[in-house]
Amino acid sequence: MLSIKNLTASINGTPVLKGIDLEIKAGEIHAIMGPNGSGKSTLGKVLVGHPAYEVTGGEVLYEGRNLFELAADERARAGLFMGFQHPIEVPGVSNAAFLRLAYNKKAEAEGRDELDPLEFDDFIHEKIKLVSMKEEFLDRSLNEGFSGGEKKRNEILQMAVLEPKLAILDELDSGLDIDALRVLGEAVNKLQRPDRALLIITHFPRILETIQPQFVHVLSGGRILKSAGKELATELEDRGYDWVLEEAAAGGAR
Amino acid sequence: MTSTFNVVTSQEYKYGFVTDIEADSVAPGLSEEVIRFISAKKGEPDWLLEFRLKAYRHWLTMSEPEWAKVDYPKPDFQKIVYYSAPKPKKPQYASMDEVDPELRRTFEKLGVPIHEQEALAGVAVDVVFDSVSVTTTYREKLAAVGIIFCSFSEAVKSHPDLVKQYLGSVVPSSDNFYAALNSAVFTDGSFVFIPKGVACPMDLSTYFRINNKESGQFERTLIVAEEGASVSYLEGCTAPQFDTNQLHAAVVELVALDRASIKYSTVQNWYAGDKDGKGGIFNFVTKRGLCKGKASHISWTQVETGSAITWKYPSCVLLGDDSIGEFYSVALTNHKQQADTGTKMIHIGRNTKSTIVSKGISAGDSSNSYRGLVKVQPKAEGARNFSQCDSMLIGQSCSASTFPYIEVQNRSARVEHEATTSKIGEEQLLYFQQRGIPAEEAISMIINGFCKDVFRELPMEFAVEATRLLSLKLEGSVG
Ligand SMILES: Nc1ncnc2c1ncn2[C@@H]1O[C@H](COP(=O)(O)OP(=O)(O)OP(=O)(O)O)[C@@H](O)[C@H]1O
Ligand SMILES: [Mg+2]
Repeated sequence: MLSIKNLTASINGTPVLKGIDLEIKAGEIHAIMGPNGSGKSTLGKVLVGHPAYEVTGGEVLYEGRNLFELAADERARAGLFMGFQHPIEVPGVSNAAFLRLAYNKKAEAEGRDELDPLEFDDFIHEKIKLVSMKEEFLDRSLNEGFSGGEKKRNEILQMAVLEPKLAILDELDSGLDIDALRVLGEAVNKLQRPDRALLIITHFPRILETIQPQFVHVLSGGRILKSAGKELATELEDRGYDWVLEEAAAGGAR
Repeated sequence: MTSTFNVVTSQEYKYGFVTDIEADSVAPGLSEEVIRFISAKKGEPDWLLEFRLKAYRHWLTMSEPEWAKVDYPKPDFQKIVYYSAPKPKKPQYASMDEVDPELRRTFEKLGVPIHEQEALAGVAVDVVFDSVSVTTTYREKLAAVGIIFCSFSEAVKSHPDLVKQYLGSVVPSSDNFYAALNSAVFTDGSFVFIPKGVACPMDLSTYFRINNKESGQFERTLIVAEEGASVSYLEGCTAPQFDTNQLHAAVVELVALDRASIKYSTVQNWYAGDKDGKGGIFNFVTKRGLCKGKASHISWTQVETGSAITWKYPSCVLLGDDSIGEFYSVALTNHKQQADTGTKMIHIGRNTKSTIVSKGISAGDSSNSYRGLVKVQPKAEGARNFSQCDSMLIGQSCSASTFPYIEVQNRSARVEHEATTSKIGEEQLLYFQQRGIPAEEAISMIINGFCKDVFRELPMEFAVEATRLLSLKLEGSVG
């Protein structure tokens, strides 16, 4: 589904991604862990088309197409989704109106019927149950004044509405209380299908107990230094990152 | 950089065409002779000529105001044409069939409903082309309930006493440089009179069009609502695209008697000049409403998107006890446009209330200032004001400023002021795009959200028009 080869990218002339290789197949769940500032969010933003980042090399194929030939909104309509680490606030734009427009844009692109406000109302009520969100959040301005956890819940609501093929969830777990973590983790699981894939960016193994990855990657200094199975997450929690860095340095292969 | 943003070239100004029509104009320049010519052309009574000459003599002693945060070459008042009328000279047509077909096509192109049968949702329209009003629709229907809606020139002839009573009663001819100039040379505009107890059954509207390259537009509008009367009035404007600047210096006076209510909405889309700031309208306008009676209500709503320079402060003088003044404004500037706009709320009567909601949007290299005065005079016991001034910046090289002036001379008064500045940046836009919403629609949604409190005040069709206009004006300015 997604194939990243030797991807390099920089921001304001400073290289942040220094050669990423990653292969994600339908049905798979991948986790990326790594120290602060290592480039995890950058990887996600580059994939979804953030204009501030310059792709300096490598290639990314999404369902066989060159991802970088698509505009950010086209990537989204093609099924790529990113739940942001810090969702932005948009005053005056109602959450419901935003969700409906996003839904309809995708429906239009896929040749499905668009939903009018009444139909959307029924549709969205099912979706908010999935993430246990209170109805009043639909009428509020998009993310405005939402708490950190409420913003994350809203990200997953959007994911539920759009049903993406590949969702990148950047630190979904940070800022969530224990119950919210479980509810949203389960919601994400329910949305996962054999023809979909997930890329979970996190610092903590806890969320990976609910959303269980087959692969865990360590990203540090703009490179993936180690990839292994789910057990790597707990090992990292016990031992930190230093040993991975040392191992990589000793390997010296690169 | 692989920017994935759709860069759309900025939408050309759609109303920038010139109508090739024979005009009856006076030679450029200003003198007592020119004023006498205009007055004679319009067959005005002596008192009105005197009013003009007095204003002119006062104007000669005044100098252009310098305090606004706008920078422009001072107009050469001797190069302006002060009177230009499409021929035939007849200032009012009995039916649309008499109107020059070229002129008719102009308004069709502009989408202005000048045929009653085509009129939008029954809005009565007065159409002003350069210096004269060319047609007013629905007059008979309105006359049946005692409402007078006609061109200013016509009102001078048919209702001289009303005009004499109220003209200059809110904006004296010596009020400021541009008001004095307007009082000397004004050519046409609209006159509205709503008698006691009548609620105007439809929205009234004036459409202003500057066509002549050298002509200034100096329109004069006077709206009077008697006791318990109410009216909603809409004003729209466009001009052709020239590489020189044209001057627009209007005066609008509103008078509301006891319990009367006047709602005045403007969507201003004068030509703004090109990307490099060449050409465009200088819009120097004095608009003021007098809440003369008890519990009277005047509300200004404006959406300012055009003009090279905007200098405009629709104000309310709250004289009657319990009267209410409101000002809702969206001012958008792009490229090299400059706007200095805001309001004055003068609280004189007891328990007077005012609300100010100002939304400034700046993009490109433009400069956008809010300037507002809230003044509470000693006798305004219990006066209240709430002001909200928000600015939104798009891109790196524009600027926004807020200049609130507050003068309170009564201790029981409550005055609140809130201000915010935000940015539509890449982050906000990416968020929308990441959810599958194209950049243009995203901008329009964000801007609409930002302006919601103002658009809510506009009549439905105007709100739709305003939304569309803002999106058009901003195309290509993000990303
Ligand atoms: N706009 C920017 N200007 C300059 N440097 C930036 C910018 N955005 C990101 N960076 C830098 O790029 C590097 C990678 O940042 P990124 O956000 O991808 O880290 P991260 O792995 O997600 O970290 P965290 O775990 O703290 O979220 C950091 O050193 C960061 O400071
Ligand atoms: Mg991060």
